[in-house]
Amino acid sequence: MKVLAFYPDRCVGCHICEEVCSQTWFKVTDRDKSRIRIQEHDDGSISALYCVQKGDCIDVCPVNALTRNKQGVVLLREKQCVGCLSCVGFCPYLAMIYHPDQSQPFKCVACGNCVDECPAGALEIVEVETPSAPGPQA
Amino acid sequence: MAEKTLSPRRVLAELTYDAPSIKRGYAGQTLYVNLSDNTIAARPVTNLMKEKFIGGRGFDLYLLWHGVDDDTRWDDPENEIVISSGPCGGTTQYPGAGKSIAAAISPLTGVPIDSNAGGHFGPYLKFAGWDAIEVQGKAEQEVIVFVDAPAGRITIEEVPADAPTDTHVLGKWILEHYAESESDRQQMSFVSAGRGSEHSRMGCLNFSLYDRRRQDLRYKQAGRGGIGTVLRDKKVKALVVRTFPIAGNLNAPADLGLLQETGAEMHQEVHDYDPVQNRMRSRGTPYLVQIMDDYDLLPVHNFKFGTHPDTPKINGEVWEARLTQGLPDGCWYGCTVACAHAVDGYVVRSGPYKGQAVIVDGPEYETVAGVGSNCGIFEPDAILEINFYCDTYGIDTISFGTAMAFAMECYEAGILDEAKTGGLELTFGSADDAIEVLHQMARGDEFGRIFGMGIRGMQDYFVEHYGADAQFVRDIGMQAKGLEYSEYMTKESLAQQGGYGLTNKGPQHDEAWLIFMDMVNNELPTFEDKAEALHYFPMWRTWFGLCGFCKLPWNDVVHPKNKLSPEPQKIMHHVENYQKIYEGVTGTAVTLDDIITMSERVYNFQRVFNIRLGYGLRQHDAIPYRSAGPVTAEEYESRAERYDDQLREWLGLDPAQMSLEEKMAAHRQYRTERYQKLIDAVYARRGWSNDGVPTLEKLRQLGMDLPEVVAVVEKHL
Repeated sequence: MKVLAFYPDRCVGCHICEEVCSQTWFKVTDRDKSRIRIQEHDDGSISALYCVQKGDCIDVCPVNALTRNKQGVVLLREKQCVGCLSCVGFCPYLAMIYHPDQSQPFKCVACGNCVDECPAGALEIVEVETPSAPGPQA
Repeated sequence: MAEKTLSPRRVLAELTYDAPSIKRGYAGQTLYVNLSDNTIAARPVTNLMKEKFIGGRGFDLYLLWHGVDDDTRWDDPENEIVISSGPCGGTTQYPGAGKSIAAAISPLTGVPIDSNAGGHFGPYLKFAGWDAIEVQGKAEQEVIVFVDAPAGRITIEEVPADAPTDTHVLGKWILEHYAESESDRQQMSFVSAGRGSEHSRMGCLNFSLYDRRRQDLRYKQAGRGGIGTVLRDKKVKALVVRTFPIAGNLNAPADLGLLQETGAEMHQEVHDYDPVQNRMRSRGTPYLVQIMDDYDLLPVHNFKFGTHPDTPKINGEVWEARLTQGLPDGCWYGCTVACAHAVDGYVVRSGPYKGQAVIVDGPEYETVAGVGSNCGIFEPDAILEINFYCDTYGIDTISFGTAMAFAMECYEAGILDEAKTGGLELTFGSADDAIEVLHQMARGDEFGRIFGMGIRGMQDYFVEHYGADAQFVRDIGMQAKGLEYSEYMTKESLAQQGGYGLTNKGPQHDEAWLIFMDMVNNELPTFEDKAEALHYFPMWRTWFGLCGFCKLPWNDVVHPKNKLSPEPQKIMHHVENYQKIYEGVTGTAVTLDDIITMSERVYNFQRVFNIRLGYGLRQHDAIPYRSAGPVTAEEYESRAERYDDQLREWLGLDPAQMSLEEKMAAHRQYRTERYQKLIDAVYARRGWSNDGVPTLEKLRQLGMDLPEVVAVVEKHL
């Protein structure tokens, strides 16, 4: 499946990826609306929060709004979503994002726009094995 | 799923309307339906209602008060069923924010009962444009009340003769006849009872939710006080609502961001700590069964004992293995605490639905303890069977369990025998015979009719017809105000005796649950401490029912930092969350003092309502002695060491020099007097007279000196 990869040693902390992301999906330049979050720490290190398409959220959603597509990417169907943010609280990667301008949360879908614009080559779309489909156990 | 065309229905009355925009949690109007004269009307939500009654239970009681007379009885046409969720009900961002609260004059108690349930009805009703529904009158034939928001239409409809009554089949019938598509199913919810409600006073209301994962209906129960009985007395099969597509902003909150931030943080807390705390997400409320047994608090054999060697057969571990795992089982969207589990594919073993594979909702702790340990039934399948039939027949599992435990003790004491029960051997543990009583209640025949009167009815009947010792049946019949006790042992917790006895509606633990504070942790040593707890906690918990919240996310999962707080029992970091949610929805910031005052207004109003109907005084706050101390020699001897120690410690007596009867009498006198002293302290703290009447000063202080309230109180002060 397609998934975003982040190389912290290459990242220069310019946050261009966040601006590209918010521009792509919300048509505004607003890092609070980015689906990737670059975090600069006191010790000088840099990390990123973004979805690795693991899909723990799929089982948590009460209304089946989260699904995995054929490429293995986890997608939120906004019309189905009731905005409960269960997925936000239960994502182990803190990769599900919300913003008060809308009730539905949002997440990285590995579109790759940020990869193209990253000046440091710190982002890449890679292929990894899709985890086995989660679902209810009898 | 293909859309389908529905067959025409016979409409008895119709009101067309345009659903208003919701503003900060309120639709701004309530729906009045009268089944006697087929009127349907919209009524405005006034500022007084919002300021003094908030919503939910507050709206229920306000509307009920103005619908009934001083002498209205439960089966008079004037009695009403009122259902409301409250301003925060329908919030999806925070766990447990979709409760519906129902109220009516209770067939069991004769005073207003309030009972809450999950499911979708209350919030859907609001999103359909109504803060409450008020159903008065009695239909001549079986009806459904249908609130159809997308069509802008409310109808009273005659139901064809072949329509079922029992909820699990009625639900399928409703979807068949009222839902045109899969999205309709998701946007519909209904309230129903069952045939058992028709022949007993302990009828419950089932609140449906369409489970999108299971693609099937599930039900949560407003069990207490017989509101299902009132529904069937009015010949209502169901109250049905169809609303608009569900989204996270339908409640039109003042500050969505505040809800999102507070909710996301709480979801994370649930994710992090529930697996190492109560495990609500995998076990639900039955996690409590073993803990109660470990502390000698699990009701066993009609509350005689608090523990039983067979408890591990019905504890949380067992239910974790039986409950379907891995599904987001919240009873409202976004409840990550998700205690509302189910057993899928249970094959019914008796009665009219024998052989059917069904979904059994629950069992909850109360059901496991009530129909299980309290009746000496330690067989999970029997508990599921009873749970299923109680739900579909519309019978409260708590009243059924506690009443069955009473009947079983009466049987073992010789008050009942096979001739009186029609051949049933109702000894403790007789699961099949207990199940047969359920079927009799549904059919309205044999012993089921007597049983269906509830404990208070049975007590009178057994004395009058079977020559039972009136004192004995009063002592062991675990009812107060006519309502059966919920499932906690209170003998060693005076505060919880008050937690049950000093309630408005009768002994239900949703007002106060103080056993651990009082008995286990000894945090309430004085009468004043207990009285303070019996002021604060009932008021705090009342507030949930005003707003549309569930109590469980408040204290069934807790951040570890809570231990370091000055008053860990109040769980202030969650109180703060609720303040934020209330502010986020309504736009009004509230302090904790404000919250307590909001509850006190409605709580005192309800107390005066009881008084208005001829109850609500000190004499009505009495409790059966079984809840305060050992009634029988068997009970005393089961805890002889403890009771003997108490005689030495509390009364300075030497048990070695006393007969068993003397020891029991000394306990009885002490424990009975102690409860009266507790009443004195609690009334003083609550601002009530020595007879339990809210004083004019208290009502003025609360701004509840409404003319109709003062008129009632003045007669008693």
